[in-house]
Amino acid sequence: MADVRNYTLNFGPQHPAAHGVLRLVLELDGEVIVRADPHIGLLHRGTEKLAETRTWLQTLPYLDRLDYTSMLPSEHAYCLAVERLLGVEVPIRAQYIRVMYDEIARIKNHLLNIGTHALDIGAMTMVLYTFREREDLFDVFEATCGIRMHQAYYRPGGVYRDLPDQMPKYQENRFKNAQTVKELNEARNGTLLDFLEDFTNRFPILLEEYHTLLTDNRIWKQRTVGIGVISPERALQLGFSGAMLRGSGIEWDLRKKQPYEVYDRLDFDIPVGVNGDTYDRYLVRMEEMAQSNRIIKQCIDWLRKNPGPVISDDHKVAPPRREKMKGSMEELIHHFKLFTEGMHVPPGEVYAAIEHPKGEMAVWAVSDGANKPYRIKLHTAGIPHLAATDEMCRGHMLADATAVIGTIDLVLGDVDR
Amino acid sequence: MSAKLERLCRQLKESFGDRIGEPSINHGEVTVVVPAASYLEVMRQLRDDPAFSFEQLMDLSGIDYSDFTGYQGLRYAAVSQLLSLAHNWRLQVKAFATDDEFPVLESVVDIWNVANWYEREAFDLFGIHFEGHPDLRRILTDYGFVGHPFRKDFPISGYVEMRYDPEQQRVIYQPVTIEPREVTPRIVREENYGKGGRG
Repeated sequence: MADVRNYTLNFGPQHPAAHGVLRLVLELDGEVIVRADPHIGLLHRGTEKLAETRTWLQTLPYLDRLDYTSMLPSEHAYCLAVERLLGVEVPIRAQYIRVMYDEIARIKNHLLNIGTHALDIGAMTMVLYTFREREDLFDVFEATCGIRMHQAYYRPGGVYRDLPDQMPKYQENRFKNAQTVKELNEARNGTLLDFLEDFTNRFPILLEEYHTLLTDNRIWKQRTVGIGVISPERALQLGFSGAMLRGSGIEWDLRKKQPYEVYDRLDFDIPVGVNGDTYDRYLVRMEEMAQSNRIIKQCIDWLRKNPGPVISDDHKVAPPRREKMKGSMEELIHHFKLFTEGMHVPPGEVYAAIEHPKGEMAVWAVSDGANKPYRIKLHTAGIPHLAATDEMCRGHMLADATAVIGTIDLVLGDVDR
Repeated sequence: MSAKLERLCRQLKESFGDRIGEPSINHGEVTVVVPAASYLEVMRQLRDDPAFSFEQLMDLSGIDYSDFTGYQGLRYAAVSQLLSLAHNWRLQVKAFATDDEFPVLESVVDIWNVANWYEREAFDLFGIHFEGHPDLRRILTDYGFVGHPFRKDFPISGYVEMRYDPEQQRVIYQPVTIEPREVTPRIVREENYGKGGRG
């Protein structure tokens, strides 16, 4: 009899379905996966070590580069950690703005996830639909802080500036005539909040479109139902959080259970899955988008009615306004000290966790009283989820590996840090 | 919230007595230092005892205290963040490795399977060894990396860099050519700095 041995296959690090640079060493018995060993660290940039050599404020933009599909929630966890250590009060308007942007980021993240997940397992169309809506949300970010991706918009003590009064508009050019431009600009004539409101009114209809494309799609169901099943007990053992945990039927959402900012004032529901398979997690994410849409609506209403400051007036933490800085000696000193030496954070340790679109994202910040962090540990949701790939892939066919990688909503920047 | 945390502290003291250090509450979080000798059994009880029921280990990370201002004591610690869904509370458990030269702690992989990668990471970055870990490989650094980069005595620019050598027609390692520089110095100010009005 011939000597039959398992076949070892190298999946990645350059593979379109690996969502970055994931190297997955698969041990195959025929077409069945016997063992999956993810090798990570190909995108390791040492963010935590870099943070030790930068001031507290200079560290903030690095947080954007972790999960480059939902940047603002990562900043949020960092700001919460610094604020708790400092004991700074954040103005209520800034809290609403942060919550609104977190939810925009959640929609944006899930759109990318569902689009690319469908693309990975063969439904080419989906990604074209979801990227259309992501573009609108990118425009919102661009209007707010000038940058589409790595915003650095949240600051310890609030957000760096208030919402803009106008949206950038399309202009006529060789490819777009006056009529097209007029149609494109229809929603952009008001303020940023008007544009967002228009989006939230459109979004439920768009969500229905996605449901029509995927939810009852026979091929989609064949590829996702019963794939990568995780029982609630195993989900707890494996340290799951976010949609992965809720997909297994455990009702746990930090926004409800340990509310931060103004989540306790908002009205929303937590979707929970039943079977803990890839399809349930997809449904949970779809419903989460609908709920995020509800939250954004409530935030828009509140923000319209309640103007006010958006950043703390403690100038040991947040810079003074520019015109004041130009006119007053004391403010000038504050400004200079803040941007050269930076803020001093009292000694202590804090573990600030938020409900990131991918799960629990937390920053464990240790300070010894210096102007730089002593140690920053970034807990990102992707690590435990990717670590569970082995268990989720075992016994499945090779083609299901991509379905599993898609369902854990993998971003390697988030895993490798 | 704080009444709940005080209840947790009281329960910790009642259940473990002098097997753990004094629990403290800071910034609305409970921290407890556990001696390395009783680390494993305390962790197991924290999960299994219904009075605590910490079903989830959210995070485990290493830390090197050697540069900490005003700190004298053991250098390496593994810090775990536990979460109980049933009671909706968190606990930070800190365990110091008794030997600074060769830091060893027991592995909690059997209690929470998720610890596998976290402990690999703490081993990779800080060189803390976890006894009883099934697969203690490096995880984030390069294949064949030497040293533990997150220790405070490891320079930020590292020791080696990689480049393509056209003569040998392959990628080679060479001593690092980056000049170390510090743009903003690290400063710890005296207490009440900038609060005394003038000066």
